[in-house]
Amino acid sequence: MSLTEEDVRQLAAQLWDAEQRSVPVEPISRRHPGADVDDAYRIQLEGVRLRVAQGDSVRGHKVGLTARVMQQQFGVDRPDFGHLLGSMFHPEGEPLPVDALIAPRVEPELAFVLDQPLQGPGVTVADVLAATAFVLPALEIIDSRIEDWQIGIVDTVADNASSARVVLGGVRTPIAGLDPRLIGVVLRRNGEIVETGASGAVLGNPAQAVAWLANTIAPGGGVLRAGDLIMPGTCTRAVDMRPGDTVRADFEHLGHVGVTFSSAVGSAA
Amino acid sequence: MTDVATWAARLDDAATGTAPIAPLSGDGLTDLAVAYEVQGGVVGLRLGRGERLVGGKLGLTSRAKQIAMGVDRPLYGLVTSGMARNSGSRLLLEELIHPRVEPEIAFVLGEPLEGPGVTVADVLAATRYVCPALDVIDSRYEGFRFTHLDAIADNASSAVFALGDDLVEPRGDLALTGCVLEVDGRVVESAAGAAVMGHPAAAVAYMANQLVATDRRLEAGWVVLSGGLTAPVPLLPGSTVTATLSGLGSVTLGAE
Repeated sequence: MSLTEEDVRQLAAQLWDAEQRSVPVEPISRRHPGADVDDAYRIQLEGVRLRVAQGDSVRGHKVGLTARVMQQQFGVDRPDFGHLLGSMFHPEGEPLPVDALIAPRVEPELAFVLDQPLQGPGVTVADVLAATAFVLPALEIIDSRIEDWQIGIVDTVADNASSARVVLGGVRTPIAGLDPRLIGVVLRRNGEIVETGASGAVLGNPAQAVAWLANTIAPGGGVLRAGDLIMPGTCTRAVDMRPGDTVRADFEHLGHVGVTFSSAVGSAA
Repeated sequence: MTDVATWAARLDDAATGTAPIAPLSGDGLTDLAVAYEVQGGVVGLRLGRGERLVGGKLGLTSRAKQIAMGVDRPLYGLVTSGMARNSGSRLLLEELIHPRVEPEIAFVLGEPLEGPGVTVADVLAATRYVCPALDVIDSRYEGFRFTHLDAIADNASSAVFALGDDLVEPRGDLALTGCVLEVDGRVVESAAGAAVMGHPAAAVAYMANQLVATDRRLEAGWVVLSGGLTAPVPLLPGSTVTATLSGLGSVTLGAE
């Protein structure tokens, strides 16, 4: 760790301001070359604290960098995580205002909803499956408050794992009886198939990502609570979204979820 | 003007001698019908060595690959008995040039399919079983570089294939069937059935309809490899590749 408490507070406030104004900032890794991943999580937590102090609430977590190619691209050998706040959940069926975002991308995921807490260390895939009430088809809209997505691991972790919005499908499916490794996903943008994938793209099994999360936050006293929603990582490559685009993900056994991005109205978006 | 038989022999020699050649498009291959005639010649040489025709295969079925090749449609090839291996086999890389492997959904037909006008529904009705397949492609062209017509002449880069041991009657939505491809136990690619022309049966229908041009049909008992679901991965010495498809089981090939 190399950043002072003051650095952490400033950078968290700056990222929040960038998000609120939809104006990205210069990469933190460029301005603070000595900052490490621990520093980045300090910035992320400070950002969460700022938002909660303003009335937002933590509703769960997301896991990112769950595909090996992404880890290689970022020069890391493990995933990262971010916090999901209540304000990030966008209702399916409502156009998503693009003016509030900078350079959004969408990823189809299997959202896990817990009905029992998961406290590491030592949480296994079996524990995760036993603690999961149901799964939902979901879209994660990622965005970067860093200019042009020029992110390294420190930048994305500080920026709450580049999270922005979550859209949940409306049909819950119990995970019992599903093979969580093999659920096929077809992602369409404006009706055209742009990506396909399977849930095994997430660390071989998305339940493994939930277990990783529980074990990773444990040393800091973190616990996954009953009722928390976990976005375990994407089943396909992320797809760029433009104003007016409609995206829909169809999941084997789970149904579908979709969202339309509003047309830009008088902004630089 | 080089003739069809000469081109076919050149491709066959490249395969048997594991010595890649320059694309035929650089030697005057410019016509689609001629390209399929060369393919027929290549397959004929295999049949002349005692192999049997056992099915068909589709190539360039994903839009991404079509865009990369500058074409707007897939191509097909013919599959012979000499290309078949059992799941769990280990391939000798010295017998191949620069093999790559793709996971696919294979259709085993219970009834013939004769175009024109074959639909996805017709394919599903005529299909006895579906199963996971690993398709090892091995272009006979230097550097895996070729045009659409070159690939047709080269029998859709076909080399070796293996089917899973479970035969399952088609059910559920094959467009949403999940597929993971593992190399040495690690997931390297994933896809769903829709990666192939929106539905893998659409690829089988496409081939049935294209065969009309040469007065042929897909025969009962044939296996049709419907096209790669993911990007192909190189087959490296000592590696083991496994494709697992939701509800269909797994298929594995190794390489030495």
